[in-house]
Amino acid sequence: MTKRWWIVPILLLAMATLGRPGAADAQMLMNGAGATFPYPIYSKWFEEYIKIDPEVRFNYQSIGSGGGIRQITERTVDFGASDGPMTDEQLKKAPAELFHIPTVMGAVVATYNLPGNPQLAFTGEVLADIFLGKITKWNDLRIKALNPSATLPDQTIVVVHRSDGSGTTYIWVDYLCKISPEWEKEVGRGTSVKWPVGLGGKGNEGVAGQVKNAPGSLGYVELAYAITNKLPAARIKNPAGKLVEPTIESTTAAAAGAVKNMPDDFRVSLTNAPGADAYPIASFTWLLVYKDQPNESKGKALVKFLWWAIHDGQRHPAALLYAPLPAPVVKQIEAKIKQITFSGKPLLAAQ
Amino acid sequence: MAADSLAGVGTADDLALPPRAVGRSRRGVGDRVYRGLILASVWLVLALAGGLLLALGWESWAAIRTFGLRFLITSHWDPVAGEFGALPFIYGTLVSSLLALLIAVPLSLGAAIFLAELAPSWVRPPVAFLIEMLAAVPSVVYGLWGIFVLVPWLRDWVQPALARTLGFLPLFQGPPYGIGMLAAGLILAIMIVPYITSVSREVLLAVPGSQREAALGLGATRWETTRIAVLRYGRSGLIGAILLGLGRALGETMAVTMVIGNRPEVALSLFAPGYTMASVLANEFTEATSDLYVSALVEIGLLLLVVTVAVNGLARLLVWSVGGPARGGRA
Repeated sequence: MTKRWWIVPILLLAMATLGRPGAADAQMLMNGAGATFPYPIYSKWFEEYIKIDPEVRFNYQSIGSGGGIRQITERTVDFGASDGPMTDEQLKKAPAELFHIPTVMGAVVATYNLPGNPQLAFTGEVLADIFLGKITKWNDLRIKALNPSATLPDQTIVVVHRSDGSGTTYIWVDYLCKISPEWEKEVGRGTSVKWPVGLGGKGNEGVAGQVKNAPGSLGYVELAYAITNKLPAARIKNPAGKLVEPTIESTTAAAAGAVKNMPDDFRVSLTNAPGADAYPIASFTWLLVYKDQPNESKGKALVKFLWWAIHDGQRHPAALLYAPLPAPVVKQIEAKIKQITFSGKPLLAAQ
Repeated sequence: MAADSLAGVGTADDLALPPRAVGRSRRGVGDRVYRGLILASVWLVLALAGGLLLALGWESWAAIRTFGLRFLITSHWDPVAGEFGALPFIYGTLVSSLLALLIAVPLSLGAAIFLAELAPSWVRPPVAFLIEMLAAVPSVVYGLWGIFVLVPWLRDWVQPALARTLGFLPLFQGPPYGIGMLAAGLILAIMIVPYITSVSREVLLAVPGSQREAALGLGATRWETTRIAVLRYGRSGLIGAILLGLGRALGETMAVTMVIGNRPEVALSLFAPGYTMASVLANEFTEATSDLYVSALVEIGLLLLVVTVAVNGLARLLVWSVGGPARGGRA
């Protein structure tokens, strides 16, 4: 019995070799970290991209936007990912110039639980006042004016928000900030804020669970989550004065509406974007990469992947209920990717 | 054979003797290695605990310097404005854990006494097994059950009934959301019942039978026997069991986060939503971007450690003050 111990290392060795197919042909490992919201589409991309370039393997840790920003700033990863754009202060802390590369878009919807499940519509002002605690009843005149045909009960509105820091919250409060000066002054924007009223639920499922269970509640969740779980989603009035239903198409329309005024660094908020069909609570999610790459071969592989992601990769988001980038924005991002360099030499031209 | 039994007497004696025989010297080396290993593991554990404290202190230094004591006594938690006060989290952690103990201790001790003293012998193993199974349920499952079963039940039945009958107390006022401190306390109580019950049962089973026989022989009733001869004898063990439950309640994160409502406010009412230290860490750490924000969260981690150690220390004092099992038992 005791003589058989030698079999253990051999087995381990065998498992190690079997477990990593093709480990022998020196693969390049690309490390990334950050936002949880785009994690499903990113892992789909990494899986698909192996077929395009089998030499690159991606390792993405969805530790949250905050962690992604910290890690790319400390250069412990090759790329970061964030649901909110980095602030000027954060960019100043980075050792070199960072690019924001938009990859896909997401939207946030207002979901609710009312007897009879009426299809509701809101304006930003009404949503802001509900979340500020100024409108407290469902039969408030301002809600009635927007929904003349719905039967609205004399019931307290139970506000439900995310308790965990999240990009979804950022998009939601960013929209409220743009609509309501009072919200901007009292609460402000961030991945976690000091909520004037309401209960906190952890994650989309926490918010949805509370909304589903408590009659009279109103909360916000990601568009993808609302669609897969068939939650009621309110139409929201956009700046063009139209009530827009949250869909993949109306989310993409929000980016198309912002094309004209797109800043050079893509650090743009798409909430309340112009455009007749634009859904007003939408946002990009970004990859964060250094303009000047520290490693030539890795940098080359990275720009090649980014190029693929904004072109062929855009076939995948819709199936996973993310909104793809509109064509004019893709053109603008192309120019940005071409600016990524290794010691001053553009990397993309080299391929 | 003789050498073997001698060696068993003590390491110190063994090491003091000159190595006369080969066997003995080999054993001396073995003992030294053994001693070294044991010492190393002790130091490693101490170093880990010390390192943890140092790291938490270091990382939270920015928040400690900025807010000082204000951090402990203000309840303003505003990540956007960079204002942080931890009072609601400390309050929520202590209140939810206390509430859990209030509910769980009588329940668990009752179950333990039944299982150890009263139940017919064929009932004991399956019931004990079932109670212990509760400890194996993952806390996220408790949380989901809390959201979908416990919370609606509280909102529709328990809270309206409490408000009608005991509504004059500030503890039971306010709108019945279901979600809140009461739900968190109940979930925690259910989670710590198996720990307290199974440890208490072991403690009661370890009480010598002669204790019971003596009490019964003096003409005590069943309940008097249990109270005087069994519970009293095992009280330090029982307090240990309760402490184990309390430790679990203080640190529990997932299930509490799902039902407590996550609102950083100090509210007297048990119906109101609250927040705990472990919950705010789980909720906000991943997306905390500014340095001060991260530092404030780490300080909450440090506080949680301090509160846990302090509560455990107090309970140890309590155990010492009531004395060991021997005094009560032999009286």
